[in-house]
Amino acid sequence: MSTMNTELRGTSLREDDLRTGRALATEWIPKTVYRFDAGIAIGQFLAGLKAGRLLGRKCHACGRIVIPPRMFCELCFRRNDEWVELKSTGRVNTFSVSFVNTDASRRQTPQVPAVIDIDGTQPSMGILHVLGEVGDTLEAVLRNVQIGTPVEAVWKPAEQREGAITDILYFRPMGGR
Amino acid sequence: MNRVAVLGAGLTRFVRRALETGRELCWEAATAALQDADLTLADIDCVVLGSAPDAFDGVHMKGEYLLDGAGAKGKPYMRIFVGGGTGVFMVPVGWWHVASGAFRTCLVVAEEKMSSTQPHPQAAFNAIYDPFTERPLGVNLLWIFSLEMHRYMKTYGIPLETIAQVAVKNKRNAKDHPASQVAGDFTVDEIVNSEVMTYPVTRLMVSPVTDGAAALVLANEEFARRKGGKHVWVEGVGWNLDTSYWTNRDLAYPQYVENAARMAYKMAGITDPRKEIHVAEPYDPFAYKELHHLEGLLLADKGQAPRRLEEGFWDRDTLTGIPASPSGGLLGVGNPIAAAGLMKAIEIYYQLSGKAGARQIRRSAQRGLAQAWGDLMQVGTVMIMGVER
Repeated sequence: MSTMNTELRGTSLREDDLRTGRALATEWIPKTVYRFDAGIAIGQFLAGLKAGRLLGRKCHACGRIVIPPRMFCELCFRRNDEWVELKSTGRVNTFSVSFVNTDASRRQTPQVPAVIDIDGTQPSMGILHVLGEVGDTLEAVLRNVQIGTPVEAVWKPAEQREGAITDILYFRPMGGR
Repeated sequence: MNRVAVLGAGLTRFVRRALETGRELCWEAATAALQDADLTLADIDCVVLGSAPDAFDGVHMKGEYLLDGAGAKGKPYMRIFVGGGTGVFMVPVGWWHVASGAFRTCLVVAEEKMSSTQPHPQAAFNAIYDPFTERPLGVNLLWIFSLEMHRYMKTYGIPLETIAQVAVKNKRNAKDHPASQVAGDFTVDEIVNSEVMTYPVTRLMVSPVTDGAAALVLANEEFARRKGGKHVWVEGVGWNLDTSYWTNRDLAYPQYVENAARMAYKMAGITDPRKEIHVAEPYDPFAYKELHHLEGLLLADKGQAPRRLEEGFWDRDTLTGIPASPSGGLLGVGNPIAAAGLMKAIEIYYQLSGKAGARQIRRSAQRGLAQAWGDLMQVGTVMIMGVER
């Protein structure tokens, strides 16, 4: 044939076709529950968070201090060597201002997810978290934070911590707003 | 290794919600490809299928579910999945089945039915994040891309308006694609000022949710010669994955795409890709990704793909540049994940064989490349096709 077939098959449906029963559909809601094991590295990491400490792992072969921690060095492909306590401060590697909830619905005040390069990691390594005390409109956030801004963790009160990444409530620009 | 020729291709329409089931979409694309190749299923020695997470369709072991529609009953068959990188990766997978000498021919099928998850596939996507260090923060899929885009923009000082031009170009190109879902004429202002999803990503810089399928027929040289005519050949394939600890990566540059491209260039005997690649289909699920990927593919210096864009270097009608996404890409034709990647590979086949109709590029082209990307922003998949020389 000289050109691709321009009469392609496939039938487009509208919501109305389903609502009125012109097209038939069925629904299924799976009731699947997972319980994940934290594992060795993340288990220790979470226990550290509960105690108000941010922990990384150091490999003596390549010298890297990695976070999130793992018990092996994926570069040297050997068991890495020791736990290192890091300061809960860093710099904003990148951030976003999200108006979309976890279920894709719209939110009025934004979340500010960020990759934060943690001070003391070698070479510089980031974790995912959220920024706080940076305003609740797009304009305000862009005024209050930039890529490169130094930030510090704001922790939950010790008695409320449960050994979760959310034991750090958020990171905020160093010294508060 | 055996040389591998492309004998035919097929696509369904790309739509937000298809009446057809995944099996039916597979069957439509597979039979269209066989018809294009002037073959029947009896000529097919093996079948490979690409499709993204089972969670979209709500069917466990989707490969088996789709088997009959893909023409695989009673044949050697496998399903492959590397997230968004799947569609282009289907060409390397089909290629190794034939190049190895194990089979004369291979039918390659890619399918996605994303509309099944209600109200939106977002919830299925969120399971890519780590259950301890990431999900409790209230993640959504857009976070990871907007974070990467912002880092890319900041590193090279790229304005949002420049990135928006990718969406303008691709949605315009897609007006000439018969499968297209979200083609149209848009201005940079309309793209930039569309609803902010996750700054800096706005709604019109994101590819849509799509149902659709695509298929390709590959054959060894002996089989292709017996069919006669001039053929398009698979000349190089490459793939590569970076660490899953994505927050530890350099987000401004896709090193894994470069690694995959270098593997494919080496196989194709390409030493200067900017001269030897004449048309490209870089993966564009988000506007910035096309530019990010053109740099990873070594078709522009780091941070320079946006400047080339402003110069018209990637335009479909360029005579001196490299047309990028002449199909209209995911931003214009649509994004049924695995099928979208294979659609991009198929566009290179159409362009090199002169079958692209209104989308035919103006410059001459002997070689073209398609690339896709996915998993946790960590896989690069590349395939290079060339015309008979």
